[in-house]
Amino acid sequence: MDRKLLSGDEAVAAAALDAGVHLGTGYPGTPSTEILESFSALGGRAQWAPNEKVALEVGLGAAYGGARVLVTMKHVGINVAADPLFTAAYTGVTGGLVLISADDPGMASSQNEQDNRHYAKAAGLPMLEPSDSQEAYDLARAGFELSERWQLPVMLRMTTRVCHGKSIVVRRAAETPRAPSFTRDIVGRVMIPAYARPAHRRLRKKLDELQAWGEGSPLVVERKGSGKLGIVTAGVTARHAREAVPDASFLELKLLHPLPLGRIRAFAKSVERCVVVEEGDPVFADAIRAAGIAVESKAPEYRFGEMSVERVRRVLGLDTSPEPVPPKGKPPQLCDACPYHPVYSALRKLDCIVAGDIGCYTLGVLPPYQGMDACVAMGASLGVGLGLRHVLPEKDAKRVVSIIGDSTFVHTGVNGLIEMIYNPPATGHVLIILDNGTTAMTGQQEHPGTGRTLDHEATNKFSLEAFARALGVKNVDVVDPVKDPPGFLALLGERLAKPELTVIVARRPCILAAADIRGYEQANAAKCSAIEAAVEG
Amino acid sequence: MGKVMNVILAGLGGQGVIKASDILADAAFRDGRDVKKAEIHGMSQRGGSVTSDVRFGDEVLSPMIPWGEADFIVVCAPSELEVIRPLLKQGGLMIPPDFVEESKLANKRSLNVALLGALSHHLDIPEARWIEAINAALPPHLHDVNAKAFRLGRETAAARK
Repeated sequence: MDRKLLSGDEAVAAAALDAGVHLGTGYPGTPSTEILESFSALGGRAQWAPNEKVALEVGLGAAYGGARVLVTMKHVGINVAADPLFTAAYTGVTGGLVLISADDPGMASSQNEQDNRHYAKAAGLPMLEPSDSQEAYDLARAGFELSERWQLPVMLRMTTRVCHGKSIVVRRAAETPRAPSFTRDIVGRVMIPAYARPAHRRLRKKLDELQAWGEGSPLVVERKGSGKLGIVTAGVTARHAREAVPDASFLELKLLHPLPLGRIRAFAKSVERCVVVEEGDPVFADAIRAAGIAVESKAPEYRFGEMSVERVRRVLGLDTSPEPVPPKGKPPQLCDACPYHPVYSALRKLDCIVAGDIGCYTLGVLPPYQGMDACVAMGASLGVGLGLRHVLPEKDAKRVVSIIGDSTFVHTGVNGLIEMIYNPPATGHVLIILDNGTTAMTGQQEHPGTGRTLDHEATNKFSLEAFARALGVKNVDVVDPVKDPPGFLALLGERLAKPELTVIVARRPCILAAADIRGYEQANAAKCSAIEAAVEG
Repeated sequence: MGKVMNVILAGLGGQGVIKASDILADAAFRDGRDVKKAEIHGMSQRGGSVTSDVRFGDEVLSPMIPWGEADFIVVCAPSELEVIRPLLKQGGLMIPPDFVEESKLANKRSLNVALLGALSHHLDIPEARWIEAINAALPPHLHDVNAKAFRLGRETAAARK
């Protein structure tokens, strides 16, 4: 087979294609976004869901139907999908389901650096982690096989360096999985308490079997070196460690959960000094020590940020002296021609208290605007803004505004808007939806509000303003903030003065996406007229 | 294990830093080397600093260049020069944005490829592999202008030696 230079994301997409995946679904999120885009470009069937919970549920349904499914999201997306995830571990799956958790240690483009290895233990699911693109390919293929063998969703944890790094990949022969078909299994898939209790026992039994299998599996790689130093490690950190101390012995874990504690115990015994070198939280070290195996763990300061060759040297040298400060460089900022400038300018002039959300527009927090007072999670601007309105004295409550992007609104802002009409604050509330017609931050992906699918084909469109009106929001304004900035300022001032519910849709395409969006619209319009002509003809 | 060559490419979002690192990685790959490339993208489109690490040799383990071990740093934006300098190893070479005269470029946007041309003078990768990598990374209407930019950088570096 061909050798190719691929990113980890592209390698997973290639693996999904070669594994015969019937459906790929997910929600864009750095560093996972390119997986589904590449899968689609390779000819796979891929679609964006409105959010990660829906994506996992669609994937789960497809897997109940016997299909092979790839579900992708970033680490914080797993939080959104956690509800179905934990119970999917009980029901299990029929077709193979691989769930990508793309973690972002160091927070290159995220609001936290949570370590999703915790999820595998908490939910009781097998988890694999690659250290480069070849392993991303191999482990994604292995993931589908494991998922079908143990009838469990398999989590494939990746990190930014593996997702976006490139290295050489050799693909294996493609396979054709079983065709989807439905087999009724009421006791296995309807999680009422009477059926869920035995399901939990079944899950633990599967995990015990998996653990025993893992001990001797090729997913635990031992490299014999000096008997003086042994290192237990995983993921890209294993690469850093092998470079830092090439003569050491290594136990590299590709299977992170369940941990092969028997192998780890024997390995620790075989060396004079055994150190667990891991990125993020001390997940392995805690579990290994809890099993009564004596290993060293890293100093607490190496829990923060990414691992690297020099940090591994520091961990092994017990060096906790101050680290060199990485180059600062120029921070990202709102594009000069971003349509949101007039919006932030108005918020500043009116001295608003701004409950913000996740996206490019979060950059409005930087000078000159400093136009955001809170940003926590996808969709949180609504709830946080409403909470502030409920408790602040009237003069301050009237200054509170929630702002959210179009894709983020569809993701989980809709629930917040329902809360707004259900429990309206006495002073009313103002929501600004920054509608630039794309999921800009992650690289301009489509979403239900654009009316186009992942590969830019026309589909049904979710109308932001029609949704707000249907909920009974009193004032729904659709404006172009760039066309008339003073008009926007006046409108916002007027709406803030009234104790009413308002949604302002500030609509203007992202300047980076505008030309592409026009292209998609023209292509779809041409396709429509061609179909009409054919029907009439 | 043979020597691993470490190259950092740096600049600002929109300057083609990632594209240049793709071309370098691909040229080394086409020449039969083991290659690893690492970068952070996501917020980079918003005009912020962008850096990409490219490493190649017989076997590359970590995708990230250890602190102070870069053999070469290619910089597309003057503002990044001093920011990135601490990552260069002792005796390493910095290729600054003004290494090629901007006025000699048919298209200013091919500065990234011109600087790769300058870098190529110092690396033992045949010119044909570079041109193949450039053509694979860019649409056909940009092939000529970038091949010219590449040769301008390569010849400038050769002349200065």
